[in-house]
Formats: sequence, structure tokens, C-alpha cells
Amino acid sequence: MDLRFGDSKPTDEERAAVDALLGPPESSWEGADRSDADLRWARGGREARDRRDQLLPALHALNDRVGWISEGALDYVCRRLTVPPAEAYGVATFYAMFSVRPRPATVLHVCTDLACTAAGSGELCAAVEARLGPESGVKVERSPCLGLCERAPATLTIRAGHPARPALEGEAVQAEGGGPGAAAAGDGNGKGRRGRKALHATAVCAPATPDRAVTAATAPESAPTEPAPEAAVPQSGDPTLTLLSRIGTVDPTSLDDYRAHGGYTALRRAFALGPAAVIREVTDAGLVGRGGAAFPTGRKWQATAAQPDHPHYLVCNADESEPGTFKDRVLMEGDPYALVEAMTIAAYATGAHRGYLYLRGEYPRALARLTHAIEQARTRGLLGDDVLGQGYAFDIEIRRGAGAYICGEETALFNSIEGHRGEPRSKPPFPVEKGLFGKPTVENNVETLVNVLPILTMGAEAYAAIGTPTSTGPKLFCVSGSVARPGVYELPFGATLGELLTLAGVRDNLRAVLLGGAAGGFVRPDELDIPLTFEGTREAGTTLGSGVVMAFDDTVPLPRLLLRIAEFFRDESCGQCVPCRVGTVRQEEALHRIADRTGAAAADDIALLREVGRAMRDASICGLGQTAWNAVESAIDRLGAYE
Amino acid sequence: MTAIPLGVPRRLVEFTLDGQEARVPEGSTILDACRAAGKDVPTLCEGDTLTPKNACRVCVVDVEGARTLAPACSRKAEPGMVVRTDTERARHSRKVVLELLASSVDLSTTPSVAQWIKEYEAKPDRFGPDAARVDEEPRVDNDLYVRDYGKCILCYKCVDACGDQWQNSFAISVSGRGFDARISVEHDGPLTDSACVYCGNCIEVCPTGALSFKSEFDMRAAGTWDEERQTETTTVCAYCGVGCNLTLHVQDNEIVKVTSPHDNPVTHGNLCIKGRFGYQHVQNRD
Repeated sequence: MDLRFGDSKPTDEERAAVDALLGPPESSWEGADRSDADLRWARGGREARDRRDQLLPALHALNDRVGWISEGALDYVCRRLTVPPAEAYGVATFYAMFSVRPRPATVLHVCTDLACTAAGSGELCAAVEARLGPESGVKVERSPCLGLCERAPATLTIRAGHPARPALEGEAVQAEGGGPGAAAAGDGNGKGRRGRKALHATAVCAPATPDRAVTAATAPESAPTEPAPEAAVPQSGDPTLTLLSRIGTVDPTSLDDYRAHGGYTALRRAFALGPAAVIREVTDAGLVGRGGAAFPTGRKWQATAAQPDHPHYLVCNADESEPGTFKDRVLMEGDPYALVEAMTIAAYATGAHRGYLYLRGEYPRALARLTHAIEQARTRGLLGDDVLGQGYAFDIEIRRGAGAYICGEETALFNSIEGHRGEPRSKPPFPVEKGLFGKPTVENNVETLVNVLPILTMGAEAYAAIGTPTSTGPKLFCVSGSVARPGVYELPFGATLGELLTLAGVRDNLRAVLLGGAAGGFVRPDELDIPLTFEGTREAGTTLGSGVVMAFDDTVPLPRLLLRIAEFFRDESCGQCVPCRVGTVRQEEALHRIADRTGAAAADDIALLREVGRAMRDASICGLGQTAWNAVESAIDRLGAYE
Repeated sequence: MTAIPLGVPRRLVEFTLDGQEARVPEGSTILDACRAAGKDVPTLCEGDTLTPKNACRVCVVDVEGARTLAPACSRKAEPGMVVRTDTERARHSRKVVLELLASSVDLSTTPSVAQWIKEYEAKPDRFGPDAARVDEEPRVDNDLYVRDYGKCILCYKCVDACGDQWQNSFAISVSGRGFDARISVEHDGPLTDSACVYCGNCIEVCPTGALSFKSEFDMRAAGTWDEERQTETTTVCAYCGVGCNLTLHVQDNEIVKVTSPHDNPVTHGNLCIKGRFGYQHVQNRD
């Protein structure tokens, strides 16, 4: 290809940010000063094109250090990676966390999604904006779900500055444990070591008040520490827990403590069984994907393992962006080694030697904990060329998302890792055949993978005995909204919605429950006997989705929630296919028109919504467009939202 | 004589198309099979020389056992598949997709679409007068061609043609996302600041007229563009020795635009800047 780069030059800061990731450029062909050797020899071409997947990390490096991506900086990245500038621009503008226009170094993301809206994030946002004027140097952005629903309303501050890369884990974790100043999980950098203030910082503030949000935005490096992950697990300490058993009892920063709590016994058993038998165990256990699609995990693993094409890849989908979902965050923050171990087992079973952990960009603490855990595991021979001395090579690389719900779609996630726009691919071919980098790939979400550990430690039979015959095992539910004890709950499949809500302390005057998140559906308060199983929810005409349970009492304005859902899908549509790109816009418009109308006045627009919704469901390329009408439809049909 | 590449012999796939037995060579799409059987399935983003992007979803068909409809342009026929092209469900989606498109962009220069809108009884007006539209001024920043975003359906054909499928210039991509997604060059600047080499292959594949010759754009603005009065003459480009075919579109004895036949086995409709735009010397008469 014949690439043309612009004339704009990066600043020293921008160049340093990119070079910190990619190393210094070696020739003038990729942005260095011209030397005599350059006249006769060029680097680039295929070798550089193979580094296309460094595009997203490079954009992150710029965003972390400078706060936005200038023309000169983008052109420099393109030179370094032999990426056409038009494509890089298309990628940079795809993600919500990046900006190609100048903006202040500090951005305060205020969550405006369902749980936070119900908890008053609109007022919070207005108050914060009033206090943080233009001279504050903080840009306030309304954000889709930050995954902190149990502590709504939530804000996330991201301040750009030196150094560009997240701190080494050791430092991050030390800093995290080190009282105030450590709040910026993932950024304990620089401090102490160089005796100067860490400039790049993140701070999570939830539940947020205007005061606390402003403090976190203006001084993220000294914001108060987040509550420990177990604060999100109301059942913490319950001996019957399986998936959540270690959260709160294990030190998430200590590999030794993890092993003392039964860590790595599952991997040892896996090595003893061999890959085929591990897949058999997972199949016999009846494990199905917990990300929402409920596909049999054993079958997926088997199909990948059997592919003659190599290499095989493992991808852990930790892009938990479904509004109302935060279970993967709690698992990763509270028990990170469990995910590392589970990924190792999945890779071993499917013949993968490289695993990618695609983590949503809005989870700074999970990033810090997992980076640390992976590093420690590598140091101790639990990752690397010779895992546990078994001659099996496996390593994990973390890739950060940058604010795009669509990247949770499995094929969009591959595109995102590869450095393309996060648009879903059409299937077939399926990922087990042609996935990441066009190779056979098994992709599982965090909760699914973590389930593999008890399957191997207790055996398939004992695992399958939990739950119901067709929905086996324990299941995590993210309960938020109008309940006394919001958080992640673990119940065997088959418990009813009512039981779960009782556990979480549902308040009086329950008006509606949203099952499965924005892509799920509403149910009425008189339907609380719905069994929480895949087949039970299906029979009841709804879905379990990723396990979201959001309770709304009668103080919550339903039409406003529906508008927020419509706005969410319109915002998050990648724009590739017509039914979703335009359909989500028409859906939102119709909901605006009927926001305050009911009965006959709304009938026309409801009929229109039905027609558009049906086409979105039938004809969209991926699950985003196909489910964008679910919640609204259920609110109309089951709740009589506009009657 | 045109050389016709035959390719490797392929096995036949048998499946059911609208209740009839259909046999197509392995690797054929459902759309290929429909065309072979003389069925009319509308398509907008499908291009005869490009890998279908299946973004427009006008060609969706019902495949038995599938949860959603399948795009006929890119779904390969599989043995034993049962496909119906004309179910109420498929027709409904096509109708709504046409309505969504026609309500958001200007399809007045898109061939066939008016007829489909009539056939599927699509009513693009029913989203109301305030329905969001892509109302952007055409971008005229060079003398060769014009980008009119108000007509762009984001079919990605120009991106593919500019990228690795044809030209390898990679001057255009899609930026932004959702309804705000736009075809754009780097930093969304003018074409003259971009990597564009003005081969015009993107105009060749544009199905809606969102990309058009400056000559055509100006004549349309002046109200003098009249395809009825135009003749098309296919000839050989005289610039170099490759021998690309040029189709000269002539109105009132003036060349108004140049295209290239897609069935030419050498160029498949590709031209370079000279063949596509360098025709003025032919009509310098003084």
C-alpha cells in the first residue's frame, strides 16, 4: 500500500507517549530523524503492518498522557504502525473515551444510565457542572453505565498526564493500600519513586455527591479510596458461596493467599486430566455462557480445539458494558487470580498459547489488580513458557477498551483488538473457525470462565447437581435500583426473582423489574415467581441475559427510563447496518413524542415502534440492534407503560 | 473478444429456494442463486466487484431455523438450506429498512429505489417531519468530484474500493459511530489534504450518487443533466498501454463523465485519474 501522511508533527509529549509504548523509532520511515542508512533501507511494510493491533494501545497512550489525540499525534502513530491515517481517524473517533478535539486534561464521567438516573444522576450532573466552570480545567461528560450500579450515582475521573503507561502493578497495589493518594487505582505511579506527584490519575467516586464528585475531579490523586470489592457482595462470608467464596476473604493482591484459599488446584486437576477430559468435564457440567447468549461452553471449546488451523486464541470478554451489570468487575477486583487461573485452563483445553483479556476502559481498579495478578503469575511460573512445569506455554495480555458497548459483541471485540473499528463481523464464519486475527478463537466472558474452577475442583457431576437439570451451576445476579442491599448475589439457578429480591431487601411500592439489562426486558411486580433459569425466563417471555436485576419503585419515572434506554442504544450503535443505525434513532424520536402521552394519543407511535422494532430484531447484523427494542417492547406490553 | 475466466470447477450445492430445488456452484451466495432463478431481491450495498458488506439489509431473506433474517448478498448457500425470499417477515424488514433509509437520506439519484419503495409500500414520511436526516451541504473542495453526505447510505463500497479491494490508497474510512458515522478522510479534512489519488473508483461503485463527478453535480445544479439525452460509448483508454476500457457518457456532444465496464476481466471497472477525469483535451475545440 501507498500511504500518505500529513505534515503535522507530534509534540514532544505526544511522541514520548507513543515511544513509551512502541519503543523509539528506528528509521525515518517511521518517524525518526533521517540517517544515511535510511536512503538504502526501509523498515515498515509487512513487519509493521503486523503491529496494527497496537493502534488501540497507542491511542490510549496518547489519551492517558495528553488527554486527547491531535492530528500530529495520530499521524505519528500511523507512521510507526503503517496504518492509513484515514483508518486510524476512523478508529479514534469510534470510541467515546477518546477525543480528536482539544479538551482539558481532566474528564469527569458522570454515569447517566439506569441505576444512576434512578438515583438522581441528572441533578448530580447539573450541580457538578455548575461548580466546575470552564476555569476548573475539568470537562464533565455524561457517560453510559460505569458498572458501579450498586453504588449509584457514580462518577469516574480520568486525568491525563505523565507517565503514559499505567503504573507497574506492584506500585499500583502498594499505593492502593497506602491510604489516601492511592485512590487512583492503576496509577500509583511515580509517587515516591521519583518523589513527584503522579499526574496521570483516575478516581472512582460512588455513591457520588456534588461535593465528593468535585473533589475527585479536581484532585483525583488524593480522592478517598474506593470501598473494597466485597462491599458489593452482601452475602460475603456465606460458606455456601461458590463463585464469590473468596471475595472478601482472599487478598486480591497476593498470589500466596490465593493459593492458600484453594487457588490453582483446578489447574493442577486440568493438567492431570488432559485437554480432552477438561472439555468433557465442562460439557458434562452443562456450563453455558453467562454473558447473555447462554451458548454451551463445552461445545464451543470442543469446536475450537478441533480446528486444524493454528494458532488458536483465547479471548476473555471483560467488556462488561451492559447497563446494570457489574459482576465481572467485582470478580476481577476481588479475586483476580481466579480469572487468570481459569483463562489458563480454558487455553490449555482449547490449545491456545495466547490469551487476550479485553477489559473495558472504565475499570481502573480491575485493570490494576489484573495487571498485578498476571505479572505475579508470570514471575512464579504460572504463566509463561512452562506453566506449572508442565511444558505448556501460555500468556495473557490485557487490552483496554475505550468506551464502546458494541465491543462486548464477540466479533466487534476481535476487530477492536486488531486495531480496526469495533464493528461486528457477519457470521458465519463463527469465531471458533475464524476469530481473532482470522484464527480459531474461543471467547468467554469473565463469569463463564470463573465457573470452570468449581467444575474442575468439585467435578462435573457435583457441579451439575447445582441448579436445575437444564440450567446448571451457580449464577451471579447484579441487583441494583430500589433495594436495600444492592450488589452481586450468587444463587443456584432456579431461585425465583422474588427470592432474590427479598435477599436484596426490595422496597415497597415496587413498580417494575428490569431483567437482563438494557437488552433485556421488564417484568411486573406480580411476576416475581419467575424462576431464574434460562428456560424459566424464556417461558415467561423474557430473558435472563447477563443476570441483571434492576428494581424500580413507583417514584421512578418509567417513560424517562425508556428514553434513556433508547438513547443508550442510539449512542452505542456502531452505525454499520441500517436497521440499527437509523432504527435506534427513530425509536428514540417516537419515545420522545409519546413521553407524556398515553392511550389513543400514543397508539400511532407505539404501532410505529413495533414495526421498527421488529425490523431491528430481524434484520440487524448483531445483538445490539436485535435487542434494542426488547426493553421498550416489554414496558409497553407487560407494564402498560403508555396506557 | 473478451476473455472469460472460468476458474476451477466447483461442486454444486443443492438447497430449497422458495419451495423449488436450487443448484448453485459451491461458494455462491443466496443472492447469486436468486438471480440465477430469475428472482428479484432488492439490494443497495451489494457491488458486483466488491465483497458484500451486507450493511444495508435490504436483501434479507428467511432461512429456516435461523433466529434472524439473513442477508442474501453475503450468506453462502449451504446444502439442505431452506430459503424463502418473499415471506411476510422478510418483506416487512425490507419495507422498514427502505423507510428508514429514505427518511434519513436523499435517495433521489439512487437507481431502482423508487420502484422498491412502491413495491414494498414503504412510507418514509410516517416518521414525521422532525425525523432526523443527514442534511449536510455537499462538499465541493476540488474540481474532480463532489461528496454529498445527504445521499450517503454508508454502504462502505467506496471504503472497500479505495482500500485493499481495489485501489490500495486507503484515503477514506468511516469515522464516528451510530447515526453520526460518516465516510471521511483523515481528520475529516478536505479531499485535497487527504491521501486521495482521484482515481474516481469510489464514484464508480457509489450506489446513490453521494459521490459524483463535478461535471454531473454542476449540471444537475443547473438543471441541464439529462440521462435520456446521453449516449454511452465504450472505447479504449489512450493514455498508456494497459488498455483499460472507458465508457464515455456524452450529452450534447460533450463528455460529461467517464465510467468503466465492470465485466472487463482486467480492470473490473477500475480506472486511474487520467482515464477517469482526463478527458478535457478531447473536447478542446479551439
